[in-house]
Amino acid sequence: MSGKSLLKRLDWLTVFIYLALLTIGWVNIYSSTFIETDSSIFDFGTLHGKQLFFIGVSFVTIIILLALDAGFYERFSSLLYVIAMVMLLGLFPFGKTIAGATSWYDLGFFNLQPSELAKVATALALAKYLSDIQTDIKRRKDQWYAFLVLLIPAVLIIPQPDPGSALVFFAMAFVIFREGLPLYYLGIVLLAILIFITTLMFGTIWVGITLTLLIVLFLLLKKKTFKVPIFPLVSVVVVAILFSLSVNFVFNNVFEQRHRDRFSLWLRLEKDPAKLEKIRKTIGYNTYQSEKAIESGGFFGKGFLEGTRTKGDFVPEQHTDYIFSTVGEEWGFVGTTTVVLLFTILLLRLVYLAERQKNPFSRMYGYGVISILFVHYFINIGMVIGILPTIGIPLPFFSYGGSGLLFFTILLFIMLRLDSNRLKEGF
Amino acid sequence: MKKILLSSIIIIIGITFIGRLSYLQIFSFSPDQVLEDPAIKAIYDYPERGYIYDRNGKLLVGNDPAYDVMVIPREVKVLDTLEFCSLLDIDIEKFRKQLRRARIYSPRLPSVLVHQLSKEDYARLQEKMRRYPGFYIQKRSLRYYDMNAGANVLGYISEVNERDLRKNPYYVQGELTGRTGVEKVYEDTLRGRKGVQYIQKDRFNRDIGKYKDGLLDVQPIQGKEISLTIDKDLQEYGEKLMNGKWGGIVAIEPSSGEILTMISGPTYDPSLLVGRKRSANYSKLHYDTISKPTFDRSISFEKSPGSPFKAINALIALQEDAITPSTTFTCYHGFYIGRNKKGCHCGGGTRRLNDGIYKSCNAYFVGAYKKIFEQFDSNAAAMDAWEKHVRSFGLGSYLGSDLHTGRPGSVPSTELYNKWYGEGDARWSAVTTYSNAIGQGEVNVTPIQLANMTAAIANRGFYYTPHILKKVNGEEISDPNFVDPKYTTINKRHFEPVIQGMAQVYKRGTAQYVQIPDIEIAGKTGTVENFMVIDTVRTQLTDNSVFVAFAPVDNPQIAIAVYIQNGYYGSRYAGHIASLLIEKYLKGEITRKDLEKRMLERTLESEYAKPYSGEAFEINEYDWSKHAIKPKTDTIPSR
Repeated sequence: MSGKSLLKRLDWLTVFIYLALLTIGWVNIYSSTFIETDSSIFDFGTLHGKQLFFIGVSFVTIIILLALDAGFYERFSSLLYVIAMVMLLGLFPFGKTIAGATSWYDLGFFNLQPSELAKVATALALAKYLSDIQTDIKRRKDQWYAFLVLLIPAVLIIPQPDPGSALVFFAMAFVIFREGLPLYYLGIVLLAILIFITTLMFGTIWVGITLTLLIVLFLLLKKKTFKVPIFPLVSVVVVAILFSLSVNFVFNNVFEQRHRDRFSLWLRLEKDPAKLEKIRKTIGYNTYQSEKAIESGGFFGKGFLEGTRTKGDFVPEQHTDYIFSTVGEEWGFVGTTTVVLLFTILLLRLVYLAERQKNPFSRMYGYGVISILFVHYFINIGMVIGILPTIGIPLPFFSYGGSGLLFFTILLFIMLRLDSNRLKEGF
Repeated sequence: MKKILLSSIIIIIGITFIGRLSYLQIFSFSPDQVLEDPAIKAIYDYPERGYIYDRNGKLLVGNDPAYDVMVIPREVKVLDTLEFCSLLDIDIEKFRKQLRRARIYSPRLPSVLVHQLSKEDYARLQEKMRRYPGFYIQKRSLRYYDMNAGANVLGYISEVNERDLRKNPYYVQGELTGRTGVEKVYEDTLRGRKGVQYIQKDRFNRDIGKYKDGLLDVQPIQGKEISLTIDKDLQEYGEKLMNGKWGGIVAIEPSSGEILTMISGPTYDPSLLVGRKRSANYSKLHYDTISKPTFDRSISFEKSPGSPFKAINALIALQEDAITPSTTFTCYHGFYIGRNKKGCHCGGGTRRLNDGIYKSCNAYFVGAYKKIFEQFDSNAAAMDAWEKHVRSFGLGSYLGSDLHTGRPGSVPSTELYNKWYGEGDARWSAVTTYSNAIGQGEVNVTPIQLANMTAAIANRGFYYTPHILKKVNGEEISDPNFVDPKYTTINKRHFEPVIQGMAQVYKRGTAQYVQIPDIEIAGKTGTVENFMVIDTVRTQLTDNSVFVAFAPVDNPQIAIAVYIQNGYYGSRYAGHIASLLIEKYLKGEITRKDLEKRMLERTLESEYAKPYSGEAFEINEYDWSKHAIKPKTDTIPSR
C-alpha cells in the first residue's frame, strides 16, 4: 500500500494536457465569439463567459470525482447506465429541439445533453459487464450482450437525430476487441467500408473485377502445401459484390440528396466545376470555408483576434464543431500541430494508463475513454480539415458547450481516479 | 499485438492530420491572400487626375464631375415611383427594368441606376434624395476638354482591360488608364496613386470595422498637373486650317526642342471619347479605314520628304568638301542618267548653291550627290558617310521623344543596296541611287522628323530632342534627354550658305507667294510624287505638298514642317498653311485675310475621293475651283 496522498498518485501529465487543451480551447472560443463591444471576459451573457463558467463547474466536479471512493464507479455503473437510458428515452416527450435535433433538456440556465452522460455511463457499464467474472467474450451470447450495451444508447440517439454521437457508441466496440473478440470482425467492417468507398468512386464492376483478380492471384501465388477452402473464399467475393451492388442502391435510393452531396464532396466524385461550385456554396460551404480559413493562417497564423474569416463569421458553427478552424487561422500551422500533438500524447498516455491497470474494470473503462475521445478527435478534426465527410461532433475539451465539457471532464477524471487507485488490490 | 494496434492507429492519424495541415497551411498558403480574402474589402479612394495645361498656362484638359444615381436594392423602401421617375427624368418601364437588373446583380451591393447626370440635374436632385432610402448619388470624374483640338496629342483614357490588369498589378477592374497620347505617356504622373482602406466584412458583406485598425491602409497621392509645350491657339488654328485635308504638321521651338503644335488631319473632337457615347464614337472613328482619323499622321506618317531633303544633301556635300557654295552645275531643263534624260522644273541654266536651292534644281543636287561619292574610294564608303550625316539629323530614328507612338522612317544604307544590287562598285553607285539626292528615293520621313531636321538647320548644327512635356506641377523638366543638345555631323560654318539659299526660296524662289509682311523666313518647298495601288495597278496620285521653314532667319523661334497629302506643289497648300501658322505664332494675328479664308475653306476631299471613285482621273490639276469649299463641320456630332 502506498502511503502517498491522492494528489501524488494522480497522473499529472494527463492533468497538464487536459488543462492545456482547456486553455487553448477557451482562448479560441473567446476569439471566435469576440465582439469589440464586449466589456469583460467574465460576462456570463457572452458565449465565452458561459464557457468560462462551465470550466469552473468542471473544476468543482473534478474535486468531487477525486473525493469519491474509486470503487463507487464500478458499483454504480449499472445504475448510471439505466438512468442515462431513461434520460435518452425521456427526450422523446420532453426534449428541447435546437437546430433540428431533439437532444437537450432545458434546465433553465443551461441545456443538458443526456447523450454526453450516456457516453460516460456506457463506458462504465461496458467495462463492468466485460469484467464480470461470469462473462466470457469468446462466447457468442456474451458478445451479443456486450454489443447490446452499446446498441441501446445508439438506437435511442439516432432518431434525435444525432448520427455523430451514435457513431461514438459503435466505436466503443474497440473495447470488446481489446478484450478478446476476434479481429476478423473488425476486418469485415473495414472491408465493408472499403467496398462502400471504392464502389462510389469506381463502380461495382471494377470492385468485382479487382476482388476476383486478387483472389485468383492469391490462389496462384500461394504455397502448394497451404490448403485454402475454395468455397468460403468464393462466397466472400460473391457477398462482397452483392454488397457493392446494394451500396449503389442504398446510395441512390435510401440516402437523401444532402448525404449524397456530402459523400460526393468528400470523395471528390463531382468533376463538373459548375456543380462543384454549387456544392461549395450549399452543402460543402462549411468545409470549404473552414479549409480556407485554416489555409489562410499559414505557418504562424494571423494572431490572436486577428483572424479575418473568424471575425467575419465565415465559418458557421465556428465556436462549436468548427473551433479547430479558428486555431488554424489565428495560430497557423504551429497552433494546429500543437493541438494535434497534445491530443496524440493524451491518447497515447491513456493507452499507457489503461494497460498498467491490474483491475480489468479499470483497464476496460480506460479503453472506453480512449475510444470515445479518439473518435471525437478523429472525426472532428478530420471533418474540419476536409478529409472526412461532415459529421457533427464536438472536439473534446475544445468546442463550446457545457454538457460536453462537463462530461468529457467526468469521463477523463474517473479514469484518473481509477488509475490513482491501481495499486490497491480490490476495493 | 492488439496493444500496439491502438497506439499505431493514434500515431498514424496524428501524422495524417499534420500532413494534411502542412499541405493546407504551408504548401497551399500564399501571402497575397488579403485581396482574395472575402472577409476583407478594399475600398479605394481615387485622387483627382491631374489637369493638363498648354505652354502659356491655358487649360487644355480638366475634370468634369459626373453624377451617377446608385441604388442598393434591399434598402429600397416603398416609394412614389411616378414622382421619383419624373424627378430623374426617366420613364417608369426603364426604371423598373434597371431596378430588377440591379437586384439580380446583388441586393446588397450598389448598382448604377442612371448614368452621368448633368450638374443641373444633380443640383435639383441633391436635396430630395434623402427622401428615397436605398438611392444615393455617386460622384465620378470624367475628362473635360477645354480645347476642341489636339485629340492626337492629348489622347484619351478608358477603362482598363484584361491585358492591362495582367501587365500592371496596380489596376483593379473598372479603373481608368491613359490609352494614347499624353494621357498614356504620363499616366503615372497624371493618375497619382489611389488610397486604399481595408474594411473587415462579415459573411453577409456588412462592414464590421477596419482591418487591423487601418494599419495597412494607404493614403491617396494626388495626380500631378502638367504643362505641355503645345501652344493651344496654334494647335486650334492649325486644325482649322487642316479642314478637309489629310496630312501632318509639326512645329518645334528650335532653341528648346519643345513641340509647339502637332496636328494630324483628319482628326476628331477629343470630347467625343468621353462619357456615354464613347464606345459608339470610338467604333466610328476606328473603323474609318480610308481617312483614318485615329492615325496620328504628324508622327506616324512615313513618306518621301521631297525637295526639303535637298538642304541636307547640300550640307553633306559642303561638309565632305565635294562642293563649295560657288561650285556650278548646268541644268539642261533636266539631267542625264546614263542615256535617260530626267526632267527639272527650274528653268535651266548654270546653277550655284544659292539658286540651286531656291529654284529647287534637280540637276544641281544630283550633280552634288555624285560629287559626294567621288570624294570616297568606294561607293560603299561614300554611302556609309552619307548615311551617318543623314542620321545625325534625327532621320531614320524614333528621336527618343516622349510621344506615345511614332515611326522611325527610313534611311538607306550600304547594306540595303548591297542586298538589292549586290556588293561592289560595279553593282551600284551614286547614279543608281540618285533619287536620294532629291528626296524621292529610299529616304522616308515623318512630319516630326522633318520639323526636327529644320530645327537643326535653324540652330546651325544641333537640335534638342523634340518633347511635349514642359512642366510638372509648375516645375520645368530637367531630363537631360530633352535639355542637352544633340549635335549633327555638319560643321557650323556650312549652314550659313544653305540658310541663305532657303531664305531666297521665300524671297524670290518657289515660296515667294507665301510671304508674310515683316517676317523673314528660311524655307524649302517640296512637291512629292506619290503612288497608290488601285486594283493591282500602280497609279500616280496628285503630288504631296510639302513645306519646311523656320523663322525669323536670324533668331529662329519656330521651325515647322507641313505635309499635305495630294496638295500638289509645295507652296500651294503646305507653304501657305506654314506661313499662316508662323504668322499666327510670331504675330498673334493674321494680316492676309484672303489667304486665310482660302486655306480655311478649300478642301482636298475631291482629291481623296478620286482613287475610290472607280473611274480614271486626272492628277495635279491647277484649277483652284476644282477644290470644294466646305466650312468645317464635325463628321460626328459632339456630345
